[in-house]
Amino acid sequence: MADENEEQQTKGLSRRQFLKNSGYVVGGAVGGGLLGGVFTQNFVGTTSDQTNTDEGTENESPEQRTQARMFFKRQEDFDVLSAAVERIFPDDDTGPGAISLGVPYYIDKQLAGEYGFNSREYMQGPFFEGAPTQGPQSALLRRDAFLHGVRSIQDIAENQFNESFFDLEADDQDDILEAFEDGDIDMTGIASDEFFAMLRTATIEGAYSDPVYGGNLNMEGWRQIQYPGPQMAYTDAIDGEFEEIDPISLYDHHD
Amino acid sequence: MATELPRKEAAVIGVGWAGGIIASELTKAGIEVIGLERGAERTIDDFIMQKDELKYAVRYDLMQDLSKETLTFRNDRDMRALPMRQLGSFLLGTGLGGAGVHWNGMCPRFFPYDFEIRSQTIDRYGEDKIPEDMSLQDWGISYEEMEEHFAQFDETIGTSGEDNEMSAPRSTEYPTPPMVETPAIRLFKDASSELGLHPYQGPSANLTEAYTNPDGQTIQQCQYCSFCERFGCDYQAKSDPIITVIPTAKETGNFELRTHANVRSVSYDGERTDGVYFIDTRTGEEFFQPADMVILTTYVMNNSRLLLQSDIGTPYDPDTRTGVIGKNYCYQIQTSVQGFFDKQFNMYAGAGALTGHVDDYNGDNFDHSDLDFLHGGAIRLVQSGLRPINTNPVPPGTKQWGSEFKEANAHYLFRTLSIGAEGASMPHINNYLDLDPTYTDSLGDPLLRMTYNFTEQDRNLAAHQTERMQEIMQEMGAGDIIANPDIGDYNIRPYQSTHNTGGVIMGADPETSAVNNYLQMWDCENLFVVGASAFAHNSGNNPTPTVGALSYRAAEGIKQYYENPGPLA
Ligand SMILES: Cc1cc2nc3c(=O)[nH]c(=O)nc-3n(C[C@H](O)[C@H](O)[C@H](O)COP(=O)(O)OP(=O)(O)OC[C@H]3O[C@@H](n4cnc5c(N)ncnc54)[C@H](O)[C@@H]3O)c2cc1C
Repeated sequence: MADENEEQQTKGLSRRQFLKNSGYVVGGAVGGGLLGGVFTQNFVGTTSDQTNTDEGTENESPEQRTQARMFFKRQEDFDVLSAAVERIFPDDDTGPGAISLGVPYYIDKQLAGEYGFNSREYMQGPFFEGAPTQGPQSALLRRDAFLHGVRSIQDIAENQFNESFFDLEADDQDDILEAFEDGDIDMTGIASDEFFAMLRTATIEGAYSDPVYGGNLNMEGWRQIQYPGPQMAYTDAIDGEFEEIDPISLYDHHD
Repeated sequence: MATELPRKEAAVIGVGWAGGIIASELTKAGIEVIGLERGAERTIDDFIMQKDELKYAVRYDLMQDLSKETLTFRNDRDMRALPMRQLGSFLLGTGLGGAGVHWNGMCPRFFPYDFEIRSQTIDRYGEDKIPEDMSLQDWGISYEEMEEHFAQFDETIGTSGEDNEMSAPRSTEYPTPPMVETPAIRLFKDASSELGLHPYQGPSANLTEAYTNPDGQTIQQCQYCSFCERFGCDYQAKSDPIITVIPTAKETGNFELRTHANVRSVSYDGERTDGVYFIDTRTGEEFFQPADMVILTTYVMNNSRLLLQSDIGTPYDPDTRTGVIGKNYCYQIQTSVQGFFDKQFNMYAGAGALTGHVDDYNGDNFDHSDLDFLHGGAIRLVQSGLRPINTNPVPPGTKQWGSEFKEANAHYLFRTLSIGAEGASMPHINNYLDLDPTYTDSLGDPLLRMTYNFTEQDRNLAAHQTERMQEIMQEMGAGDIIANPDIGDYNIRPYQSTHNTGGVIMGADPETSAVNNYLQMWDCENLFVVGASAFAHNSGNNPTPTVGALSYRAAEGIKQYYENPGPLA
């Protein structure tokens, strides 16, 4: 598969042309050559035999008991989601990434409930495409948009590289996500940049919301930005200089 | 058929700040009031352990359920109006206490200029200063007449504040001392003073000390915990209707509250009302609530909508510029300037109304002779307490995701300060409210349709305020500065403010206003319409103290009317 891509490259097809040829409308520059490399992300589909050494996902962690899928049925969809959110919020020098923070499970849980059903939003027709100033006008429920989105990501990976999105190297994954971000991918019922914005927002929510929702495991999302969580009071700190305060969560309010 | 309920002397529709104040004042005077509120009952127990950004600030737990009811929006009449499907630009309240439960609590008064804006503009600059398509009107009352009502609102909520020579004159002291000056606010105030401006600690309903108001209700001391805006206060330290005016009304024994009561129309025979029709939202059952006097306090949107739906008053027609219901819908012009610093600030701490406030470019405090706009706006550094999902400051040019974003966000989260301007909004003949011909709510009633865009005036004002804020930010010593002086078209999506006004405006003339200066309908003497819907334009300050003052003013009128029915003006 990688070979095939190299073949395409040697035939002088730019990646952009390749995406076009494979049936996806790509307007923006996807640019950059295919880098070799052996980086693979082994996190997918291997939770049973792989022990994540991050503190947050130790087997003993009670939070891990919430790490089972409620919305996504197919493992593959969930794996694509996981790989995508990890690119948006990667494990790096700043701190743990989306996967070790539990973000994929956070999103899964959100989609299973009110958020996924847009249940507190006006969803009556008729539906028309509006001006950008008129806000979202899609009839598509978020749960359907996410499924459609991860499958579109996977389709592009397979068409372009003959590989699953989650097996691609990071730069290639980024290129695909950027095409979504630029609104260059044809999707049904939603513009691809809208989908990407939703995915990005949901990732940030999963990293920085209270751990009660299944993300921000062990408050590691907060620790990396020095956010102290829901402290009861700052009367002592309010007129002082910045000080780093160890975070607490809503869980601590129940102690 | 609607089930008819026992008659009441007064029916108050919608129980937020306006409804709560009317209910407390009338019941204290011995008038029997029923409050009909479409949302749920709420008590302070609902807010214990509420410090959850996702649930309240992102998912809008306390706000209006748009699946039941929303409005439609278009920028101009050539555009097809489409429903506001998700909350964004403004966050409508629902439930006992209304938006008064999840407000910030910033409490500046409007200026004397605001009440007589047309006359004062003509006096100072000549009539030509007012553009032909700007439907600028005096309010039919002066600040001097309003002052005692402002003072009463301040005393009820216990406003914490500090005097300032640029703001509206006061007859009374602030009930409680100003909020703490934080390092970030100090930096802003020092820089502003350096530039010759007059900064002060903004007036706040997040109280600096425990305070018992004249009705005997106690408000507690703010803990600067940073969960005000979009949250209910778990300390009872943010003045709201459910810890002040609503308990006051209840304690009289003259107040009956009915929640889950969604009022659909006001019964009207062409001269008077005899009550309202409502649906119990839990059962779908329809009721008629007879009343001698009806007071609409359902916020800007439903005040207009209920009148249009009930055929009360003449709808505004932008072609002929006649009619009054829906006229002079205004909003506000929000602009901001972000500065990036080397130093970290304790911005995780704060309170909804903790601000350094500058009024030098607000109202008519500065000379507009050579400026291409009227009025101005408050300029502030707000320290409401930063929350990480909705605040991700990164310097210009930073990628919005990936490691670059993560690193910049982590570095700059507490090294970014933002100055905001809240610009006044002048009325325009093409900005108005009417009923939508296509979309309905869950009961089948037409949605309200908003036609609104920013005007030349608004764009010029925004550009001016942005430049002033840039000067302050530079003086504060920021490295990178992000400023966007061009506000473009009004967009209903990003949050701006819940400072919507107009639609049922007050004035001295029934031809050009819907209610008199007691907020009594010209076309229906036993119907009063109270709230920011009465504002003939929107100022450069937050609306609620003026809503509160007008509610006390209206209550006085209603009491007079109760003793001696007839037109009050
Ligand atoms: C996030 C946020 C921050 C804010 N911060 C500030 C601030 O710092 N300073 C400031 O001055 N203002 C602020 N505001 C604005 C302030 O909240 C409003 O000005 C104020 O609440 C208006 O009071 P009201 O009583 O007129 O309307 P509301 O508080 O909206 O109350 C109206 C009530 O009527 C009910 N109702 C509506 N329709 C019907 C119907 N058909 N039948 C029965 N009941 C109905 C609603 O459910 C609601 O409870 C803020 C608002 C928000 C959302």
